[in-house]
Amino acid sequence: MRTWLLSDVPDSRFQAGCGQFYLICLSFLRSPLAVVGLLIVLALILFAIFAPSIASHDPYAQSLANRLLAPSAEHWLGTDHLGRDIWSRVVFGSRSTLLVIVTVAIIVGPVGLLVGIIAGYSGGVVDRVLMRITDIFLAFPRLILALAFTAVLEPGLQSAIIAIAVTSWPAYARLARAETTIYKDADFIQAIRLQGASTPRILLGHIAPLCLPSTIVRLTLDMAGVILIAAGLGFLGLGAQPPLAEWGSMVSGGRDYLLDYWWIATTPGIAICIVSLGFNILGDGLRDVLDPRTR
Amino acid sequence: MTILPDLSKFPILRNTVKTTGDVVATLCITLFGLLLVTFVIGRVIPIDPVLAITGDRVSPEVYAKVRDELGLDLPMWQQFLNYLGKLFQGDFGTSVLTSQSVLHDVATYFPATIELALAGTLIGIVFGIPLGIASAIYKNTWLDQIIRVVSLIGYSIPIFWLGLVGLLIFYVKLGWVAGVGRLDVAFEYIIERKTGFIMLDALLSGQWDILENFLSHLALPAFLLGYLSMAYISRMTRSFMLEQLGQIYITTARVKGLSEGRVVWHAFRNTFTQLVTVISLTFANLLEGAVLTETVFAWPGIGLYITNSLFAADMNAVLGGTTIIGICFVLINIAADALGRFFDPRIRRSAS
Repeated sequence: MRTWLLSDVPDSRFQAGCGQFYLICLSFLRSPLAVVGLLIVLALILFAIFAPSIASHDPYAQSLANRLLAPSAEHWLGTDHLGRDIWSRVVFGSRSTLLVIVTVAIIVGPVGLLVGIIAGYSGGVVDRVLMRITDIFLAFPRLILALAFTAVLEPGLQSAIIAIAVTSWPAYARLARAETTIYKDADFIQAIRLQGASTPRILLGHIAPLCLPSTIVRLTLDMAGVILIAAGLGFLGLGAQPPLAEWGSMVSGGRDYLLDYWWIATTPGIAICIVSLGFNILGDGLRDVLDPRTR
Repeated sequence: MTILPDLSKFPILRNTVKTTGDVVATLCITLFGLLLVTFVIGRVIPIDPVLAITGDRVSPEVYAKVRDELGLDLPMWQQFLNYLGKLFQGDFGTSVLTSQSVLHDVATYFPATIELALAGTLIGIVFGIPLGIASAIYKNTWLDQIIRVVSLIGYSIPIFWLGLVGLLIFYVKLGWVAGVGRLDVAFEYIIERKTGFIMLDALLSGQWDILENFLSHLALPAFLLGYLSMAYISRMTRSFMLEQLGQIYITTARVKGLSEGRVVWHAFRNTFTQLVTVISLTFANLLEGAVLTETVFAWPGIGLYITNSLFAADMNAVLGGTTIIGICFVLINIAADALGRFFDPRIRRSAS
């Protein structure tokens, strides 16, 4: 198996691809920090999927008799001002976080990539116009534009996602454009063009895959920031609305009880921190592995 | 085409003119787009601007009259031109919440934000640059790893949460710093306000107790923002330094027998142009990051102003504030670019 993967003269494209992937995995696993990041992200996904079995209580069940309890065997992280179990709410909060991350990534990655490769490949007026538009969105401070957007739309997780997506795509367009301009006059692209490939085919079939690694790295690193902005919007009361379990709004809910019941506000904050750190470390590790300049 | 004077004999001058023209063009287009975006946001709002002024129970005639006065019956492009015209006269509308003009409000609140962001950036520079240099010199040692983890945490920590925990520990438990706000209430009405910057005002009028109280309020939010900017600055310094230390001129310097300290100084001087850009961007980011920090610390800055107006559905104030911060962002970006050009002799020459 190993020799098949590492063969210098692969028989098929598939074998070459697998070999490449194997090498990338090997060099990725060599960095312990990156593996920790990967484990954190995997844990987030598992928590989100199996939230009902991991949580010890119903995250929305209120019990005023049991409000503001300190951490104990029954309530691992204590209870909040409505008597809801904090551990269960933190566990279910992973769903909100994952929802935001996945949707933003799905919207932002392809849109940015497409705008970037079109601008970079066509050049001229199209390039200028598209890049000006991205510049305008880049010029806005992200959080404040997101604030303005959520104010116009109704506050909620959906608006937060739209706002974050609208403010995030330009960076990817810039990135993809820069990569496209490197490749667009390369010999292999010229060869495909001479063979009569259509422009969409060149863009999607040949240039987009080349821009993919850097986009993925950037997405991973960016997710840390997306988590922070979503949590920030939740904290301000413009993101997820109560009673939805979301870490940012949980911090804000515990704010009034901070002095005597510190665990209400601190635990969701630690969750945000760990997940965001996980994405940062993972992105750092991926960059070392995927970036051909450092490989 | 002959209107332009022949500048080809003065390469530096010609270059400046060329880039200045570029900069002005970029500035105009970006600002135009920015205003278009805020205008569109302002039009999409589900609040009827006429009803916001007249109230619900209004006769159709009055409604039509107010609508006329606001220019809402004009075509969209004309409304946009009116909007632009007003902005150029510095008219961002009137805040419903404070019944002052938005520009006046922003002028009142902005100094507090700038104070905070400047303090944060300064702390970030003071700690970030030495740490970055150290981790570049001791690359891949335990020191580098520790600095890396510390700055990664800085990237990942939610500032609003850090602020709450900081208040709990340093204000409530330890009592090292003052609590929320910019000054104790007792001092709020004593201070002679001239510039709006409390630090300057206190220095100018020699009110030392006020200065002390202000610094005690400033310390915690400034250090928290400083930690975030330190994280960024130290990472960037590290990679700039590594790039320079790998250059041949460094090897030459070592071969010539220069002390290690001199070698590092050599390399550091060449990272200067890039650092200027990074520091300006840090400052711009802190202006924005101030929104959350100001909410936590009840710091009366532009961020708090925008969020408070948001909850009062005061859209003039929100959009005015957003536009002004956006303009500052664009200006800082362009200034950073220009500073980079100015400091880097290679860009100066290669462009000409």
